[in-house]
Amino acid sequence: MNGRIIAFCCEHSAYPAADLAGKLGLHYPETLRIIRVPCAGRVDVIHMLRALEKGASAVLVLGCEDGACHHITGNIRARERVKHCDMLLREIGIDGRPVVMFNLSPNAPHKFVKAANEITKIIKESREAR
Amino acid sequence: MIIAERKPMEEIKQAMALYKKVLVAGCGTCVTVCWAGGEKEVGILASQLRLARSAEGNEIVTLEATVERQCEKEMVAELEDKVAEVEAVLSLACGSGVQVMAELFEDKPVFPAVNTTFIGMPQKEGLWVEMCGACGDCFLDRTGGICPMVRCAKGLLNGPCGGTRKGGKCEIDPDKDCAWVLVYRRLEKQGRLDLMRQYYTPKNFRAVKRPGRVQAAKA
Amino acid sequence: MATPFREILRTKSFVVTTEVGPDKGSNVSKAIEHIGLLKDKVDGLNVTDNQSSVMRYPSLGTCLLIKEHGGEPVLQVTCRDRNRLAIQADLLFAYSRGISNVLCLTGDSIDVGDHKEAKQVFDLDSVQLIHLVHTLNSGKDMAGNELSGGIDFCIGTSASPSSDPLEPQLIKVEKKLKAGVSFIQTQAVYELDELKRFAEFVRKMDEEVKILAGIVPVIGVKMAAYMNENVPGIFIPQRLIDELAEAPKGTGVSKGIEISARMIRQLKEERICDGVHIMFIGREERVPEILEAAGLL
Repeated sequence: MNGRIIAFCCEHSAYPAADLAGKLGLHYPETLRIIRVPCAGRVDVIHMLRALEKGASAVLVLGCEDGACHHITGNIRARERVKHCDMLLREIGIDGRPVVMFNLSPNAPHKFVKAANEITKIIKESREAR
Repeated sequence: MIIAERKPMEEIKQAMALYKKVLVAGCGTCVTVCWAGGEKEVGILASQLRLARSAEGNEIVTLEATVERQCEKEMVAELEDKVAEVEAVLSLACGSGVQVMAELFEDKPVFPAVNTTFIGMPQKEGLWVEMCGACGDCFLDRTGGICPMVRCAKGLLNGPCGGTRKGGKCEIDPDKDCAWVLVYRRLEKQGRLDLMRQYYTPKNFRAVKRPGRVQAAKA
Repeated sequence: MATPFREILRTKSFVVTTEVGPDKGSNVSKAIEHIGLLKDKVDGLNVTDNQSSVMRYPSLGTCLLIKEHGGEPVLQVTCRDRNRLAIQADLLFAYSRGISNVLCLTGDSIDVGDHKEAKQVFDLDSVQLIHLVHTLNSGKDMAGNELSGGIDFCIGTSASPSSDPLEPQLIKVEKKLKAGVSFIQTQAVYELDELKRFAEFVRKMDEEVKILAGIVPVIGVKMAAYMNENVPGIFIPQRLIDELAEAPKGTGVSKGIEISARMIRQLKEERICDGVHIMFIGREERVPEILEAAGLL
């Protein structure tokens, strides 16, 4: 594992939020790697699994707020896929490498930072629990 | 179409335990449509296997391939080079596809990764239900197009058993409809209840002699 | 020797039958005890066929015991466990040993029993089974071959007068009547009006057939709730549940017996049906109390 957190960021919400966070000089974990996607709904289960295969410690899927998805239902699909991926990981006994979804708006840089901190906390807690 | 569902992960992992390089082979027809063994499921299962084995410190290499129809030799033959590279094949095709693969590459062990369950249709997204038992002696003209052989839990031919639940549900599963209540309602709607009143003699359960063979009439 | 059941159906104004449930195991002493207790108090003793899909001592074996002890057995045959060859062979054997009454049933699903992975047979359904017995009675087997030594069974079947929806059930009953049965044992009934309507329907089609109302004593509020919830085709009305609720603690069985006896009296007095079939599963030894309270002894 390389300790990285792969964050799939929707270009209509999370990506501009991350951009804003950078411009404001807000701090978030340096292990976070941002991948810009046209919609959270574009992120498939296999993308999440491959990120973990390549050594990521965790995967974040960040999409638009409920009811505000640029592609109408992309964020809902993304949430279902995250849930499915979580099941697939439990099936093979992999825990402590969370796949988590958060919803945020493009003008919410603090929420972006919060999501990044949140998943870092989850990784830390599950590591300590083992 | 043929419906299948993936086997429990433990069973698949155990089947693969001895091997370090395998081909995960999908089928692009029925099992793709029922989310059990298409290209997507091949990718996910291969990834799961790699992750699981890597966590155990016992890496496995997977090749992935999905052919249009794994139940046809010509299409499976395309995989010859890939099969040559691996120790075993994990097939996500229906039972027919698994057997074609096994027959074509006789020197390689082939493992099924799905359980083939029935011939059916999607009822809603992600839910498939059984419609046909491939009995070789179709009866649907007499039952309003509802097959009591598979949609009735007991496969009765002359009407419901005494166990119909309130509102016309099945004795053994309140989530399922009593097939004979469905038949009744449909035939009533069509004004053809006389069909249900007819006596049907015991079914010919040997209409298909196992193993089944169908020879098409030549044009 | 007991009077043949067919004779009873023809001559007796109110017929009474009950059940002997075979044990799980080869020790048949309890069955013999029940047979001894009941054989002279009723007109026929049914033996269930792997009831509720739970494997037990066979119906056929218990019927032989009844015969040996001078009772009149009614062989229950379901379609769940045997194909047409096995059923025919069993019927030939039964008849050769003096068993001459058969109750043709579909049988419960394998899923409710104790061998849940077994293969369900259902080669035939209950209507086809009735036809099969007639075929054997005519001196031929189902394949049309001549039989050496004929048989002559008195044929009965079951019905659920409280089914919802009722119409598909009645169509099935109609087919059974057309196939030809001498008696119908109903699923347990608690609403006599339902039974009345059912009897009218049956008699319109067949004046000869005898209707024996299914009587299952309910011995407590819990049992009533369980049956209403889980036993298809059974409906226990609230007033009976209230009556059970008012019974002092520890008197549930007596109350159940009292209610059953009251129903039997009414069925007999108002000539709603031609008799009763009492099913007191696990409490066979208390059946005589019902008979006595109903004035049938």
